[in-house]
Amino acid sequence: MLEQNLFAGFGGQGVLLMGQLLAFAGMLESKYVSWLPAYGPEMRGGTANCSVNISDEPIGSPVVSKATSVIVMNRPSLDKFESAVQPGGMLFINSSIIDRKAERDDIQVFYVPCNEIAEQLGNARVANVVMLGAYIEKTKCVDMENILNALLEKLGKTKAHLIPLNREALVKGAESVR
Amino acid sequence: MAKQLMKGCEAIAEAAIQAGCRFFFGYPITPQNDIPEYMSARMPKVGGCFLQAESEVAAINMVYGAAGAGARVMTSSSSPGISLKQEGISYIAGAELPCVIVNMMRGGPGLGSIQASQGDYFQSTKGGGHGDYHLVVYAPASVQEAIDLMQTAFDVADKYRMPVLILADGIIGQMMEPVEIKQGNASEPVKKDWATVGWSEKDFTRPRAVVNSLYIEVEELEELTGRLQARYAKIAEEETRVELYNTEDAEFMLCAYGTVARICKTAIAQLKKQGIKAGLVRPITLWPFPYKAVHDAIAAPSVKKALCVEMSAGQMVEDVRLAINGEKEIELLGHSGSRVPTAEEIAQRIIQMRGA
Repeated sequence: MLEQNLFAGFGGQGVLLMGQLLAFAGMLESKYVSWLPAYGPEMRGGTANCSVNISDEPIGSPVVSKATSVIVMNRPSLDKFESAVQPGGMLFINSSIIDRKAERDDIQVFYVPCNEIAEQLGNARVANVVMLGAYIEKTKCVDMENILNALLEKLGKTKAHLIPLNREALVKGAESVR
Repeated sequence: MAKQLMKGCEAIAEAAIQAGCRFFFGYPITPQNDIPEYMSARMPKVGGCFLQAESEVAAINMVYGAAGAGARVMTSSSSPGISLKQEGISYIAGAELPCVIVNMMRGGPGLGSIQASQGDYFQSTKGGGHGDYHLVVYAPASVQEAIDLMQTAFDVADKYRMPVLILADGIIGQMMEPVEIKQGNASEPVKKDWATVGWSEKDFTRPRAVVNSLYIEVEELEELTGRLQARYAKIAEEETRVELYNTEDAEFMLCAYGTVARICKTAIAQLKKQGIKAGLVRPITLWPFPYKAVHDAIAAPSVKKALCVEMSAGQMVEDVRLAINGEKEIELLGHSGSRVPTAEEIAQRIIQMRGA
């Protein structure tokens, strides 16, 4: 298995965190993982993206140029990274704020209304976790429970009360693409 | 110990602490800022010293001072900052003092960019500062390897009494990978009877130690440089490191270091699917350069053509050509301006070379 993922959106959407949670979950399952942010002199609200590899074998390039999955949280990211999906790969689109459809017909496309689902859950900030739920439902590359384990590690024990909300977000995200 | 997901810069800093480094002097610059940031929080907790100097020049001279007093000491910076440190590095080499320097390379020349690059190969391996000296230069290709090489770097610096450079690109610094850092694995402290820690006037059990890089007399300076060259010859014999990957029966040989070497491995996997056998020779020490291993890998009868891939306009390729000494032609795929080569374009280039 080699999952080569690109996560992209604007700063504040939790795009880098999504990637880190996935990498962390992969590590918990003793897989090889790498997480690489595109770093730059960005302002708040600027673009953010990261490359995440998950594999059963040691990872070569940490830079994902042709992705098995591309996850886009805003329109500029779709415009920039639609072409980066490998033929036959998957494209996950945050349909809450992206106002166009994918143009490619050689890939699988999933539309996830991340913000709407998150708002229904009562916290707009879990939109990224909703998307992660959809991604995991389709790729099955890590166990959802390990995303929550990763989150707990990341947030610290004082934020453990947020775990049920995030579990709900993962589940709703997964249901949206079933 | 369980694995941790760590950023390269932070992992390097923690590895230095575990290797017994207790003094860090630096000045901020992207993309290595996570090293001083981490050190600023961590050093006080282990009884060490973190100091943000007023400039790179000040930082390297603080390293000079601490090294002279026998401390395990390091500094880190990125390309333009490393340029500023060169005078001090030359002095430290001339005074035969051990220290570790980390360069998270970014684009150049000038202020360049903050993205990853490998444009400092010449500076690191062919000089940098003035005078007849070398640094041992390690080029990690993963976060774990960077950790392991930190320990080695401090040991080698102490063993040979010289500065050692960890030369990584910004990607190694910014990337997160699962790693294991051995706790408290610092090697036994080397006896440093040359350190300027005070001399005993009473019983003269400890003679006066002097840290110096000035030798006015020709004979004296020649003695120093002769001593350095003899040491360098020994290092070339004992410390040279290289990784051979899929080299057996390879028809095409890639040569790359650091992050680019990993991208080459992905390209090799892509080529394998198309039935093309490609291998990689990856120098881990850039100085001493593994001339023999690189020669043997490329000169092998199965190898039709060789390609050097770098994030520079072509710097290491000169050493690869020296290694092969005209026996085979070495092609170059070099990107400067901080553009990272993709696995696809490396594979494409090999396919072109195959057709030609």
